[in-house]
Amino acid sequence: MDVLALARWQFAITTVYHFILVPLTIGLAPLVAGMQTAWVVTKNEKWLRLTKFFGKLLLINFALGVATGIVQEFQFGMTWSEYSRFVGDVFGAPLAMEALAAFFIESTFLGLWIFGWDRLSKKVHLACVWLFALATNLSAFFILSANSWMQHPVGTTFNPETGRAEMESIWAVLGNNTLWAAFPHTITASFLVSGTFICGIATWWMVRLVRSKKPELVELARSTYRPAVVLGAVVMLLSGVGVALSGDVQGKIMYEQQPGKMSAAEALCESTEGAAFSILTVGPLLNPTCDQLTHLIEIPGLASFLGTGHFSGPDSLLPGVDDVQQQMSDKFGATDEAGNPITYTPPLGVSYWSFRLMIGLAAFSAALALWALWATRRGRLSDSRWLSRLAVIALPMPFLACSFGWIFTEVGRQPWVVAPNPTGVDGVWLLTSAGVSTAVPGGVILTSMIVFTVLYAGLGVIWYRLLHRYAIEGVPQVHDESPEARSDDDADRPLSFAY
Amino acid sequence: MDLSILWFVIIAVLWTGYLVLEGFDFGVGMLMSFFPRGTREQRESERRVLVNTIGPVWDGNEVWLLTAGGATFAAFPEWYATLFSGFYLPLFIILLALIVRVVAFEYRGKISTPGWSRRFDLMIQVGSWVPAILWGVAFANLVRGVLLDDAHQYVGGFWALLNPFALLGGLTTLVLFLLHGSVFLALKTDGELRARARQFAARLSLAAVVVAGGWAIWAQVAYSVPWTWAAVAVAAACLVGVVITNARGAEGWAFTLSALAMVAAVTLIFGSMFPDVMPGRDGGPSLSIAEATSTDYTLTVMTWVAVILTPVVIAYQSWTYWVFRRRLTSKDLPAPAGLVWKRVREALGGHDEPAVKPADLA
Ligand code: HDD
Ligand code: HEM
Ligand code: HEM
Repeated sequence: MDVLALARWQFAITTVYHFILVPLTIGLAPLVAGMQTAWVVTKNEKWLRLTKFFGKLLLINFALGVATGIVQEFQFGMTWSEYSRFVGDVFGAPLAMEALAAFFIESTFLGLWIFGWDRLSKKVHLACVWLFALATNLSAFFILSANSWMQHPVGTTFNPETGRAEMESIWAVLGNNTLWAAFPHTITASFLVSGTFICGIATWWMVRLVRSKKPELVELARSTYRPAVVLGAVVMLLSGVGVALSGDVQGKIMYEQQPGKMSAAEALCESTEGAAFSILTVGPLLNPTCDQLTHLIEIPGLASFLGTGHFSGPDSLLPGVDDVQQQMSDKFGATDEAGNPITYTPPLGVSYWSFRLMIGLAAFSAALALWALWATRRGRLSDSRWLSRLAVIALPMPFLACSFGWIFTEVGRQPWVVAPNPTGVDGVWLLTSAGVSTAVPGGVILTSMIVFTVLYAGLGVIWYRLLHRYAIEGVPQVHDESPEARSDDDADRPLSFAY
Repeated sequence: MDLSILWFVIIAVLWTGYLVLEGFDFGVGMLMSFFPRGTREQRESERRVLVNTIGPVWDGNEVWLLTAGGATFAAFPEWYATLFSGFYLPLFIILLALIVRVVAFEYRGKISTPGWSRRFDLMIQVGSWVPAILWGVAFANLVRGVLLDDAHQYVGGFWALLNPFALLGGLTTLVLFLLHGSVFLALKTDGELRARARQFAARLSLAAVVVAGGWAIWAQVAYSVPWTWAAVAVAAACLVGVVITNARGAEGWAFTLSALAMVAAVTLIFGSMFPDVMPGRDGGPSLSIAEATSTDYTLTVMTWVAVILTPVVIAYQSWTYWVFRRRLTSKDLPAPAGLVWKRVREALGGHDEPAVKPADLA
């Protein structure tokens, strides 16, 4: 494999891995903060038990999120140095802001939260977990502003003297409409992940306890797990609606900004009015050409609606893959510097299926949310084994949906690493092939890619087993450790939440 | 003042923050290898004390590195690109070390099965030794100069980075961090541990005077400019000061002085690089501040961000150190709270095992 292919694989592997962990942290941190708030306000112990239970799971996840994030910070310079030279004037700023404004708060206040249960007053301790939760969401904002700029460069000019993109307005970069669609979409998707996580685990516990038929266990299910089931289900429903609405906005923006991505997502060969959204298409998976594809099940007009807001008529015209190729070749040249022809449409198979899997996998969450709410309506509990099974099956699905969402977004941007902005900003674009480091030999990247993959796989196994082990342990016994609850002011008491 | 020079200084400050703060937690991590004494149980319990002295703060310390990286990207894209693609292998190894270290801190106490925490403690140690050496190697190479081509690509290869001057630089950071860590332990523990940490610090401070002093003079004579003699002198004075204050039991002063020695070392390193960010070698091209810098606009934006946020960060991080100012000993630690793999202990919050077994989860 050449350096470019290796660098892309390495980036894709490390980033997708990072983003398996990220959405759970983003969504679960505020939800745990909410549980702790409920405890401080109501003084009801069940909320403290839930806080500690989900808090432990959050910490297990967070650690691996941090560990894989460190790589991300340096990867651009290591394997994408030519990209970094070209974009650094614009792209570095949000990365530095993320560290200064978000990571510092995140890491410092998490330390205070973990170790401060008996050191800080209840209110201050609660403020710490909220600051941590807000900072995780703030970090998502900054990193997405960097990514959105690659999808749709704004606030920038091309300087022919230095040969690079230079920033004209930070407000334009932070006000990018791509960002303001991607940020709510990513955050709501993260809440969908976390809602499913909470509801899934709590539902499994509820059913398990109810089936034991022991009165005190059924009581535990009612007092402690049922509120978590309801909380998770409500979060899933709200965030599910949010994901669909923001995704719809993204579709419209994408149609304007990256028409090739839209037609690849639909595997649409010819420009079509009232294009249908196909649910099932057969053909070769990886690199199909148009004539090898047959759409089997279709919803008329829906693809056009996603892109244009019109089901039919001239306004609903979606450009076909071949037309996009033609237009882009006319504008940006048919061959690259080495004289090889450039393919301006992203891989059809990957784009098509990742888009559908992103949307489709959320169906599990929807089913779980509705059933769980129905089964727990008006104080009820459920002992349905099928509900419990659905809960466990649904757990990983939104994680996968998020990964497919990113794969779609990033693969669909090819062959560009900085996609040209079709309405202005001349000269600010970069082919992925021009962004890769030239000073790093392929063998070195191959080695690092293999080592990262193996190490991440090993850590992933530990992560999974710990989450699993702590999940089946159930809510812990708790006592109020806060300084307010301490009768004797004994400074020699052991630490509460130590390593 | 020219903003790009201000940013050169800001990046030096960020690295100083990183080396001073993560320096002591690297030191504590390395000390876990040979500091603990007594029976196996006693050693394990002492290791736990060590980990918990840095428990609330190591993650915040590490973010100084991320900020230095991000700030370099924003303010000097050419430097970021040349440095990290050129030093690919050492940086890759550092990243591996940091990954296992982060995970090990958080996971070591999660399971109380014998052997579990021992394995993760080993990961903390490896994850501390390796970067403690490699950061010194990397910085020494920046001082010494590296082979660049006209397009600012590093062309020296990996083995050229392991020259004697750089290896001595690696040894220097190693000894400085060990010293800084043991002084920190003397400040954060009590009783027998505290006395032992001071003994360690006494020995290490002498080693530091020799090793760091030797490297600093070599750097100064071979690669630097006259005014950085001041930094060498300050560093030497601070290290001698550590020897004295530590012997007198003035732990706060000893820690302050070993931190100041680090500040002086960074001053020497960045002072000798100036006005380049990557000095060349053998008459080859260098990468200068002026060539590497971002536009004035970007630097202005980033200056506002840094000027507003950095004091806030310093304020709340200092507050954290104040909150956790108490000294620790083995008896302050509660029994390990981790679970056991096989036995689902309090599976039902202290109640009996239910009819349904956890195996039904799958
Ligand atoms: C939408 C959200 C999102 C996205 C797209 C990314 N990250 Fe991330 N990152 C987070 C959201 C996040 C987070 C939720 O804030 C994490 C996850 C777990 C954590 O500790 O914080 C995090 C951790 C994290 C850390 C460790 C922070 C610490 O030590 O506290 C670094 C250095 C990065 N990330 C850097 C990156 C880079 C350079 C990315 C681009 C390729 C990236 N992340 C993609
Ligand atoms: C965390 C969520 C993200 C995921 C899951 C993700 C996924 C991917 C994938 C799968 C690729 C490979 C595409 C291909 O090779 O065909 C890629 C490429 C890339 N992404 Fe992302 N990405 C994410 C976020 C980001 C962000 C936030 C940035 C920028 C700050 C970014 C920058 C890049 C770059 C520079 C490439 C170039 C490599 C390439 O095109 O192959 N990505 N990403
Ligand atoms: C009706 C449902 C949905 C629609 C219409 C939709 C639409 C979209 C579109 C058009 C993009 C690409 C944006 C771009 O490339 O510029 C995208 C990306 C993405 N989607 Fe969805 N989506 C839906 C559901 C979901 C679900 C259920 C999840 C996860 C739980 C999800 C997670 C993501 C993620 C993580 C990305 C990449 C980040 C981003 O670009 O925002 N989406 N979605």
